[in-house]
Amino acid sequence: MFVLVEMVDTVRIPPWSFHRQLNDAIAEELNKKLANKVVYNVGLCICLYDITKLEDSYIFPGDGASHTKVHFRYVVFHPFLDEILVGKIKGCSAEGVHVSLGFFDDIIIPPESLQQPTKFDEAEQVWMWEYETDEGAHDLYMDQGEEIRFRVVDEVFIDTSPSGPSAKKEGPSAAATAPPAGAEDSAQQKEAPYTLIGSVSEPGLGLLSWWNS
Amino acid sequence: SEVRDANAAMLSNYEVYQLLTDLKEKRKEMVKNKHSTGQQNLNTIMYETLKYLSKTPCAHQNPDTVKKFLTSMLPHKLTKAEKLQLLNHRPQTAVEIQLMVEESEERLTEEQIDELIQKVTDVLPGDPQKEADASADPEMETDQ
Repeated sequence: MFVLVEMVDTVRIPPWSFHRQLNDAIAEELNKKLANKVVYNVGLCICLYDITKLEDSYIFPGDGASHTKVHFRYVVFHPFLDEILVGKIKGCSAEGVHVSLGFFDDIIIPPESLQQPTKFDEAEQVWMWEYETDEGAHDLYMDQGEEIRFRVVDEVFIDTSPSGPSAKKEGPSAAATAPPAGAEDSAQQKEAPYTLIGSVSEPGLGLLSWWNS
Repeated sequence: SEVRDANAAMLSNYEVYQLLTDLKEKRKEMVKNKHSTGQQNLNTIMYETLKYLSKTPCAHQNPDTVKKFLTSMLPHKLTKAEKLQLLNHRPQTAVEIQLMVEESEERLTEEQIDELIQKVTDVLPGDPQKEADASADPEMETDQ
C-alpha cells in the first residue's frame, strides 16, 4: 500500500536555521510541507525516505534565506488497483460502508459492492448481508469498529486547491467530479482530496469474523 | 513541488514500519524541534501509521525473514504485487491466497496453495501473543 515517489522541490531555509546541518534543515522543511498531506494524483504523503541530490543553494536579493533545489524520495500511501487491505468500519450510511485505516480515513464501499443480497437498516443505520444457508437467512451486520477485509477497486483524486474568486466552482477537475445540479448545500461539505473505493463482493472479503474458522 | 516518478518503487509494510520506527527514535533526541508547530502533521501521520502497522504481520518481521520469504517464493512465479501482499498479510487460508494471486484457479493447484500457506506460516513470524492464546486454549481447532 506504500510507494516511493521521486520529487524535486526548492526548499527555503531561513537565516536563523543556517547553523543547522543543511540535510537536517531540508528534511524538516520537506516533512513540514508534505507529511500527512495528499498530493494530487499521487497519494497521501507519509514521511521523507531520503535526499538523493542537493543542488547549489542561492540567496536572492531582498530575501535573506537560502533556496536549494532538492531531489528526494518520499514514502506515500497509494494502494495499487485490486490490492487487498484490512481496515475498521467507521460507520454506515446510505452511501455505503465507511472504512478507516487510522492514518487514512476516506474509504467507501458502495452498496453495489457489498456481499449480495444486502439491506440498509434505517433504524440502526447499518448495512447487513442477508446470508442464505439451508437453515434460513442470517443477517450479518456490518457494525462499527469491526475489522473488514476489502479490495481496492477505484480511487478518486479531487483537486482541493483554492479556485479563486469566481462565484461558482467550475474548474476542470471540479467539473469531472461535480455533484449533480442543485446540490449547493453539499458544496459546504469538505470533500476529501483522495478517496478509495472498495469492494467486498468476493469470498474471503468482508468482516474478518465472517471467514475465521 | 514537482513529481518526477509517482511510482519509483513499491514498499513493503515492513520497510515503512522500520523507517518510521527509526525516525521516531531519531526524533526523540530532538525534543524541541518535534513539538514546533510545523511538525504536528509529521507527528500525527507517524503515530497513526505506526499504530496501524504494529497490528499487522510486518511488526514481527526482520530483514532475514523477508529475504528468506522472497527466496522461498521463487519457484512459484508470482508477480511483485502478489508477493508483496503475501508478505504484508501472511494469509492463513486458501480463500485469502485466491484473493491475492490473480487467476489462482488457473495458476495454482490445491496442493500448491497449501504449499504457499505452509511456507508463509513457517517463514513469516506470526503474532506471538495470538499464537500463545491459541495453543493455550484446548478447545480451539487449528487449521494445520
